[in-house]
Amino acid sequence: MKEAEEKELLEEVTGSEYKYGFTSDIEEDRAPNGLNEDIIRFISAKKEEPEWLLEWRLKAYRHWLTLEEPEWANVTYPKVDFQALCYYAAPKKQKEVKSLDEIDPELLKTFEKLGIPLNEQKRLSGVPVAVDAVIDSVSVATTFKETLAEKGIIFCSMSEAIKDHPELVRQYLGKVVPVADNYYAALNSAVFSDGSFCYIPKGVRCPMELSTYFRINAANTGQFERTLIVADESSYVSYLEGCTAPQRDENQLHAAVVEILAMENAEVKYSTVQNWYPGDSEGKGGIYNFVTKRGICAGDNSKISWTQVETGSAVTWKYPSCILKGDNSVGEFYSVAVTNNHQQADTGTKMIHIGKNTKSRIVSKGISAGVSQNSYRGEVKVMKGATNAKNFSQCDSLLMGDKCGAHTFPYINVENSTGQVEHEATTSKIGEDQLFYCNQRGIDTERAVELIVNGFSKEVLNQLPMEFAVEAQKLLAISLEGSVG
Amino acid sequence: MNGEASSPVNGIRQEAFKAFEGMEFPTIKHEEWKFTNVQKLVKNHYSFSQETKLSADEVSNAFIEGIEGDRIVFINGIFSEEHSSISASGLTVKSLAQAFKENKDVVEAHFGQESNLEESTFAKANTALSKDGIFIHVPKGKAIEKPISLYFLSDAKNEAIATTPRNLIVAEENSQVTVIEVFKTIGENQSLANNVTEISVANHAIVDYYKVQNEASQASIIDCTKVIQGKESHFTGTTISLKGDIIRNNLDITLDGEHLDSYMHGLYLLDGTTHVDNHTAVDHKYPNCHSNELYKGIVDDKSRGVFNGKIFVRQDAQKTNAFQNNRNIVLSDDAKVNTKPQLEIWADDVSCSHGCTIGQMDEEALFYLQARGISKTRSKAMLMNAFAGEVVEKIKVEGLRTYIETLIEERLHA
Repeated sequence: MKEAEEKELLEEVTGSEYKYGFTSDIEEDRAPNGLNEDIIRFISAKKEEPEWLLEWRLKAYRHWLTLEEPEWANVTYPKVDFQALCYYAAPKKQKEVKSLDEIDPELLKTFEKLGIPLNEQKRLSGVPVAVDAVIDSVSVATTFKETLAEKGIIFCSMSEAIKDHPELVRQYLGKVVPVADNYYAALNSAVFSDGSFCYIPKGVRCPMELSTYFRINAANTGQFERTLIVADESSYVSYLEGCTAPQRDENQLHAAVVEILAMENAEVKYSTVQNWYPGDSEGKGGIYNFVTKRGICAGDNSKISWTQVETGSAVTWKYPSCILKGDNSVGEFYSVAVTNNHQQADTGTKMIHIGKNTKSRIVSKGISAGVSQNSYRGEVKVMKGATNAKNFSQCDSLLMGDKCGAHTFPYINVENSTGQVEHEATTSKIGEDQLFYCNQRGIDTERAVELIVNGFSKEVLNQLPMEFAVEAQKLLAISLEGSVG
Repeated sequence: MNGEASSPVNGIRQEAFKAFEGMEFPTIKHEEWKFTNVQKLVKNHYSFSQETKLSADEVSNAFIEGIEGDRIVFINGIFSEEHSSISASGLTVKSLAQAFKENKDVVEAHFGQESNLEESTFAKANTALSKDGIFIHVPKGKAIEKPISLYFLSDAKNEAIATTPRNLIVAEENSQVTVIEVFKTIGENQSLANNVTEISVANHAIVDYYKVQNEASQASIIDCTKVIQGKESHFTGTTISLKGDIIRNNLDITLDGEHLDSYMHGLYLLDGTTHVDNHTAVDHKYPNCHSNELYKGIVDDKSRGVFNGKIFVRQDAQKTNAFQNNRNIVLSDDAKVNTKPQLEIWADDVSCSHGCTIGQMDEEALFYLQARGISKTRSKAMLMNAFAGEVVEKIKVEGLRTYIETLIEERLHA
């Protein structure tokens, strides 16, 4: 492509706006900036938490103080000043909300703008999806709660769960990601303000997709939500997560923790479409997305499947993992990570095979454009007792433009003679011949790139639930708009 | 030490010892040393590069039969003129200590090359402590037909020995040379060879470098080989590791020109408690280069095979073809394999791939052979031979290939 055209296209990208960059004018309740034990006590008191939880938070905080910020990831960014952040911001609550009519209309408008109807009548594409909407640090509404309750499914915000089902929360919280797990997980444990809690009882197949929608709104806040999903024996649930944030010049921190427990014969499918604000074309602003996600296949024949489409965030540091403890358990990880402009992503997974006949599959597709850096970092570990463990990993990278980078850091550790582990990775750019073929058939370059990228990511996108797949496809196209010359 | 504190030899020994002890050697918390714990090696008490005499028999026992060409022998890291035969004409082969005096220009131009990679403490220790090594200089346009064999012998009959050989091989434009490097410990005590070899391959030159590591089971090798290649040159590095205590090989190749080829082949066939760690790094700096890496390993008993391959493709290195493959067979539940094939790419018009597998012998192939009346042990040996064969057949020196084949044969039938 000619230089002039290239330049034009480039300008188009820089011109293309982040769709969700608006801010909403919602009255908010904030804690003073800074982090100390008093702030933690403040958060805990604000949420009327039991004593054990406060102790748990303080334990995490004290441990966090002894830790150092990890630097091994292949990302560079100005350090976060943890004392300049606000650890609790919530839309001001008037009183208990029974029906949606009582919710702040400004809030409803926000979610409508995002395409998330909180109104139960307005179903998404005709398919019912139960949504837990989290704004800043607090869950504002959960839809279809009653329908789910009929089946015995608990789906609510974490704060509600702590009040209504303390025994369940206490039993499982921190079981998969312990307070001392890592720097950001410890921080999250100390200051988490809300998130979603989901419990699927024995033998129940959740009739609809459960979904959490995260939105950062307030300025200078960090968002620390905590999600806990427990799938009891022989149950099934598919869970979706989406996120957006306003366009701001300063970086904001998002340090979430997601824990999944799958008991015997249970299956959990967790899908994420991550679209936090990535910063502008100069690399200014954007979200730091430092997330710990882990699932444990605690029972035999259980299955956990992670699917993620990562298009947003200035810096991503995220490794959804599976601990395959039960015999015959299965772990899956499907990921598409797109980086453009100055974005940096260091993402991947860990598959720890402990039980016998455990299987795992990793499909990771990285697409880098602009001056971004995209890394896959993963570990497959076959422990001594994991007889007949099988793993297959594939990580492919697609490069667009000569200023971006694609990196792979796979660790494979086998300690059992019956383990079978395969790993393959390729890096290439979009073939001239493929583009030419499309051009020749009257498809312009932009559209052709979209087509090829979608084909490249198809294996992963196919794993997403229908409504998300459509959104993800569009998102890929927007993220990469005009990035190939 | 041992009540002889006043002797001058001991003074030197202690000085070296102190320098060695004062250094901070990597622990397993260091990313590059995650799976190889060298603490027991550095905590050991060694005697440093003691001059000693070996009988002609002891030396010739270490020789690989059937390889023609010059033999150069180092005993405890010191060049032994007595046991070496240097007959090849038209090139310079001498001890590096000597070359520092006599070939100052060449040595200074190539000694201590720069590398993008962090230099390990071991390499630094080598620089500080090394007394001798080999210097090979192949002049412009000269092709040396017969291989040059380097034997580094450690005499550990009386005490534990540490050696720090430092080698420099310079192949000028349009030249060709083949070098075989063998480490061997004689005696029952422990030995540690902290070896550094620098190889400069000028434009259009061809260098084949073979490492044969079939050591005594109490002998350890920490090796660092740095290669710098000029345009349109060829380099092939082959590392065969069969036995030893802890063996760590660092092979860093800088591709400093266009249109060049670089091959790295490795085979590790381990049993007992042998620990072999191969770290390779290829740095593609210019366009149109090709690198290809194949490392294969079979681990048995309580042995451990570690592989870490890095490919860097710099922004300017468009049209790079870089391939990397690591395949492993694990034969016992106590054996371990840790592999990390790593790609770091900053250029967009490249074709790079890497792959690794860890598995067992193909059950179907085994059944096929057994169904034809071949015993299970024999069938297994045949399959493993075929597995290793992919690397062995790439050895171009016939005598060496036969020698390795025999060793593998012996191992598999044991």
